[in-house]
Amino acid sequence: MSSSNGHHLAPVRLYLVIFGALIVGTILTVVVAKFDLGPLNNIVMLSVASAKALLVILYFMHVRWSSRLTWVVASAGFFWLLILFGLTMSDYLSRGWIGGTLR
Amino acid sequence: MSEGYSEAPTVGLPGRVAIHGAGNPHDGHSHPHHPKLQHHFDDMGQQAEASTLGMWVFLVTEIMFFGGLFMAYIVYRHQSPEGFAEASNHLDVIWGAANTVVLIVSSLTMAMAVRAAQTSAKPKTQVGWLVATMILGAAFLGVKAIEYTDKFTHHLVPGPHFQWTGQYPKPAEQFYSLYFCMTGLHALHMVIGLGIMTVITIMAWRRQFDEHYFTPVEVTGLYWHFVDIVWIFLFPLLYLIGYHYGAH
Repeated sequence: MSSSNGHHLAPVRLYLVIFGALIVGTILTVVVAKFDLGPLNNIVMLSVASAKALLVILYFMHVRWSSRLTWVVASAGFFWLLILFGLTMSDYLSRGWIGGTLR
Repeated sequence: MSEGYSEAPTVGLPGRVAIHGAGNPHDGHSHPHHPKLQHHFDDMGQQAEASTLGMWVFLVTEIMFFGGLFMAYIVYRHQSPEGFAEASNHLDVIWGAANTVVLIVSSLTMAMAVRAAQTSAKPKTQVGWLVATMILGAAFLGVKAIEYTDKFTHHLVPGPHFQWTGQYPKPAEQFYSLYFCMTGLHALHMVIGLGIMTVITIMAWRRQFDEHYFTPVEVTGLYWHFVDIVWIFLFPLLYLIGYHYGAH
């Protein structure tokens, strides 16, 4: 279903399902954080948060039904964020590996 | 996608001229010249598309804005994972989780506000969803105020009065610097969001939005959901990394 200016109209039930999934995700993160799983803690926490963010972006922010251009712009933001993290950490973590003068 | 190009008549007239010729029987629009249609757009679809795309470009700059703080968090947490976990353990998971739920509910009510405008619901219904979203946003800020007060009374605000009895006082201070910067910037976004929504609510009350024109509500929604997403990441990264150490 589409309203007159080209926007998709999502059913209320879908919004409620997404809302439920977000609440379940929140509960899951809190419960998992209770246990010491070593590095798995971070992996679970960030995976659940990313999944929740994706649901919000795709459904609440209507990207699922938006133009390709919107898709590209939205993904570019997160892609650039990963460049920021990736390049910074590749420098930061590799400092001193070759015993250079930069330490 | 914009419908303007495909629906413009192909009888040799430039599309724009044809669309602006109110009452043109061939352009397929029941409102060929909507009062909200600005002259530099072909049609309402193209105008809405341009606005939401512009908002997304702004949100990308916001991702990078918060991204810098997340970057700092990664570097300093990597320096002292134990120190960060110890410091995080002093945040109240109950308040943090409650606020997460409050924001998720507010995202739902925001989505419903956009939907209400999109379906030409009565102004009362549109305003109702917007006001509900604002109340939840205010509740979030209220909880944040309670938490900040607690940090001030327990000398957990970085600076000359910062006190830490644990094993890692320096990383703890770094953690609380980041805590206040990240949640502070996030809270500032919430305050701005409440301001924008006040304007939007007044517009909704004045019957400005219907199925043909609801871009301001849609764009406000995008902003609000973005702020929710930031919190979705802040909550586990700040509140939960020391949770398995047990209650403080």
